[in-house]
Amino acid sequence: MTGFAALLTRDLRLVWRRPGDVAVVLAFFVVATVLFPLGIGPQANILARIAAGVLWCTALFASMLSLDRLFAADYEDGSLDLLLLAPWPLELAALAKCAAHWIVTGLPITVLAPVLGAAFGLEGGALLALAATLLVGTPTLSLTGGLAAALTLGARRGGALLALLALPLCVPTLIFGAAAIETLMTGEDLLAHLAILAALALVALATTPWAMAAALRQAGE
Amino acid sequence: MAPPPLDVALLKVSDLACRRGGRPVFDRLSFALGAGELLALVGRNGSGKTTLLRALALLVRPLAGTILWQGAEVQADPDAWRGRVAWLGHLDGLKGDLSVRENLLGAERLRGRVPAADRLEQALAAYDLGALGDRAVRTLSAGQRRRTALARVMLTEAPLWLLDEPLNALDAPAQQSFRVVLQQHLAQGGLAIAATHADLGMAQPRMLELAT
Repeated sequence: MTGFAALLTRDLRLVWRRPGDVAVVLAFFVVATVLFPLGIGPQANILARIAAGVLWCTALFASMLSLDRLFAADYEDGSLDLLLLAPWPLELAALAKCAAHWIVTGLPITVLAPVLGAAFGLEGGALLALAATLLVGTPTLSLTGGLAAALTLGARRGGALLALLALPLCVPTLIFGAAAIETLMTGEDLLAHLAILAALALVALATTPWAMAAALRQAGE
Repeated sequence: MAPPPLDVALLKVSDLACRRGGRPVFDRLSFALGAGELLALVGRNGSGKTTLLRALALLVRPLAGTILWQGAEVQADPDAWRGRVAWLGHLDGLKGDLSVRENLLGAERLRGRVPAADRLEQALAAYDLGALGDRAVRTLSAGQRRRTALARVMLTEAPLWLLDEPLNALDAPAQQSFRVVLQQHLAQGGLAIAATHADLGMAQPRMLELAT
């Protein structure tokens, strides 16, 4: 586990040295979300109705935005070879990179979303539900996005290809994440939706590290 | 009766064949290397020096052939093998936003080791990097970065060094530092394989010529 912790702290330290990169992603999340009320108009009932869907979509886009650098930076400066040569499983290294990505995008998005949700007219319970779904759902976005980033490594137009690969894979998370907020209006069980989101995250956790490792080895050849 | 000759070769490569981009680069390549030995890979550009180094590091899967370390196939336990290899690619593998010290420490931690402070200072001193230790790597010159990458190799304490053009961008004093460090490594029973045409400071270097 020392290697895992070392890679995680190295990546977080790199982000800390360049806070602008993360600030741009979070600013995009806020601005893109705020555009919807401007475009749709100030009808509070409509805004509250679409808030969860909008926030989930912009969270998804924002997390894609920073993914193309996830492995590309290491690929370009030769650090990827050192990761491939580290005497511990590459699967854990891929997981550490995704964990770092989640800490600097998924987690801040989860914290920011209720603030933006309040601006959309969501209240108390719905804001809490929104934060809970994002907390459970965003790790899936980092993992599936990480897989797409590993698969598109070294490809021309990697960024666009990455989104094209990752977005469809994120659809189940998006559906259950956005629908979870509706449960508060329809009286369904919120926990059931959270459980499905958690299940999706666990499936991603159990499968993507192996696929990422295979893709990274291929890119190293 | 005379005892059977001892097999002194630690590393034994036999009948190795590799492809690059669908094209065979070398075929039936065999050599053996014992403790304290240096092998210089020479050959034209594109003759497969880098591919051979990458194959030895298991970064490239060879088409055929075996790589044995102390008689055991290295592919059988890749993690143990990776722990025995120090890698210097043609890219330095450094993070521009981290300092020289952070890069060296970080690379060692990635190998699952925490180097003692005095060993880090030794590696820095060997390449005259003491004064640059806290500078961000992105502010360094190409030669200074190469020295940092070489210090990283020294810090690993791995028995086998795989070096791709180690002297790239180095000035004369830095080249001399490299030769001294390499001699020390070999004197301690280490092995090194370097792809380079430059003088590595050995009286009679063993050469392996790769034909195009």
